[in-house]
Amino acid sequence: MTTTAPLAAPASTTAPTHRHTGRGPGAARRRLILPYLFLGILVVYFLVPIWWLFVASTKDAQGLFGGSHGALWFDDRFALVANLKQLFTYNDGIYLRWIGNSLLYALAGGLGATILAVLAGYGFAKFRFGGRRVMLAILLGSVMVPLTALVIPTFILFSNLNLTDTIWAVILPSLLNPFGVYLMQVYTADAVPDELLDAARVDGAGEVKTFLRVAFPLLRPAVVTVLLLSVVGTWNNYFLPLAMLANTKLFPITVGLGLWQGQASANNGGGTSLWGLIIVGSLVSVIPQVIAFLSLQKYWQGGLSLGALK
Amino acid sequence: MASATAVDVPAPPGPSARSRAGGKRRGLNERKRARTGLLFVTPFALVFVAFLVAPLLYAFYLSLYSKGLATGVVFAGLQNYATAFTDPSFLKGVWFVVRFALVLIPLQMIVSLALALVLDAFTTRFARFARLMIFLPYAIPAVIGALMWGFLYSPTFGPMQQIANVFGAQAPFLLDPSHVFGGLMNVVTWQWAGYYMIIIFAALRGIDSSIYEAARIDGANAWQIAFRVKVPMVASALLLILVFALIGTLQFFTEPQVLQLVSNGTITPDFTPNIYAFSQAFAYANFNYASALSFALGIVVFIAVYAFLFFTRKRGSIFT
Repeated sequence: MTTTAPLAAPASTTAPTHRHTGRGPGAARRRLILPYLFLGILVVYFLVPIWWLFVASTKDAQGLFGGSHGALWFDDRFALVANLKQLFTYNDGIYLRWIGNSLLYALAGGLGATILAVLAGYGFAKFRFGGRRVMLAILLGSVMVPLTALVIPTFILFSNLNLTDTIWAVILPSLLNPFGVYLMQVYTADAVPDELLDAARVDGAGEVKTFLRVAFPLLRPAVVTVLLLSVVGTWNNYFLPLAMLANTKLFPITVGLGLWQGQASANNGGGTSLWGLIIVGSLVSVIPQVIAFLSLQKYWQGGLSLGALK
Repeated sequence: MASATAVDVPAPPGPSARSRAGGKRRGLNERKRARTGLLFVTPFALVFVAFLVAPLLYAFYLSLYSKGLATGVVFAGLQNYATAFTDPSFLKGVWFVVRFALVLIPLQMIVSLALALVLDAFTTRFARFARLMIFLPYAIPAVIGALMWGFLYSPTFGPMQQIANVFGAQAPFLLDPSHVFGGLMNVVTWQWAGYYMIIIFAALRGIDSSIYEAARIDGANAWQIAFRVKVPMVASALLLILVFALIGTLQFFTEPQVLQLVSNGTITPDFTPNIYAFSQAFAYANFNYASALSFALGIVVFIAVYAFLFFTRKRGSIFT
């Protein structure tokens, strides 16, 4: 606590002119050193694996296992283009198929889950009906049921219906997103005034029109957030498709890379260095998501703080 | 929750204009309205029943039976549960995730809270950049995160051994039996700390800055503002993180499953309860026992989190 006294002194004297403590000249710059060091070290920690992934993607098999400049720097030979060519042609281009499957599952599952969540959230927030409170209590409880505990029984149910090893085995369970419904319900209750809905009804708009024209535009930020959370959740899912799918042509990218890892560990690559393919394949598959994250950051923050408010 | 219950208060009689319209018509309107509300909720309710309620009930049903080579499928009552809670493999896994949660959750919360407080206090360009970079791992699927760390840990071509070589030392293999706890903890912290940081950061941004001004006028310094004003005001965000982290840790699956292959046998098929249930189902086709494990796990997590929330909500209401 003794170090805090000199920190506080300049802040209190400059307080009227500087709204934020971080902006004073001179003394303030010295004050930045420690926090910046802290941040800098952590930024390096969080970036090292991603940097390594990028560097390793540019190496051929020989460079990967015994490179000339170590694991964290580029090799003398730059093999990124060759790696990419191999990635997209290996096993008749199965990689692109996996990416396509992931896109299909994520968009179908994510969009479907979002539509269900928006409708249900609106229904819970703006209508009073019998059983509403009980249903909300069950909903809140179900947020805490670990979804992985559902995978094995769902698999057995689906195998009785001959639905395993189809795209539906991944898409249908992905429609379930209780947390999304909860977020939408909380947001709708705050963002859509009852008076506005009543006014639309008095003007003769039906319930569907009232929802689409009046309520939905007000819900757009939360809709984007729930859509992002559901799409990314489905894209990243591993346990469900791993359990449901046996046909490698239906695999999403996460399970596909896992398959390659298994084959590489067992040395079943048939002469191809699967380790290199796993690395460059990982890099290619994360690029779209990283871009989406960085550019849509405000929606993440908005939605997450929403959840934290309650 | 306060506002949710406030909304629940029996519907007020409504604007006077509407109540004058006559009791009969209003009752009709309200019934129609209630039906509309139910229609909006129905699609989700169907999915909820089909993919949450039905699997849970079915798992419970299956768990009451057992399948033997000679006997076929027979009703076994709670025998599977008795087996599970005396099964050293299952108990070992449960013990591991409980220990893991006890260390991981405080660690993650401290890291993400410290990061959020620092990032909230400095609005420079570097701070904005750092915030994005720290959040970045969340954009990477857990499978790929685990694969990357598996490579980085590798004693044959990972950088850790190469750095150690410079000093003529032997780097520890973070997936061997004595280090696997820390090795996995590092992977999970790397993946999630940025996400938790963003949740706290967003909550900090939501605080009215005039409160800081008032605290400063009252003579509070930067540390006091951070710990006496900011931290209590984001208590609900911290609670949310705690719940997320608890649920996530107890169903620990992807990271150990992916790292299993490169761990030289350290990560066994009974390493966590989820992996154990998975291997019982898919490696041994022991679906009845796997269902019992799944159901027991689901119920234990559910009760643990619910009890925890109930306990903290009481304290929280005094707090705010």
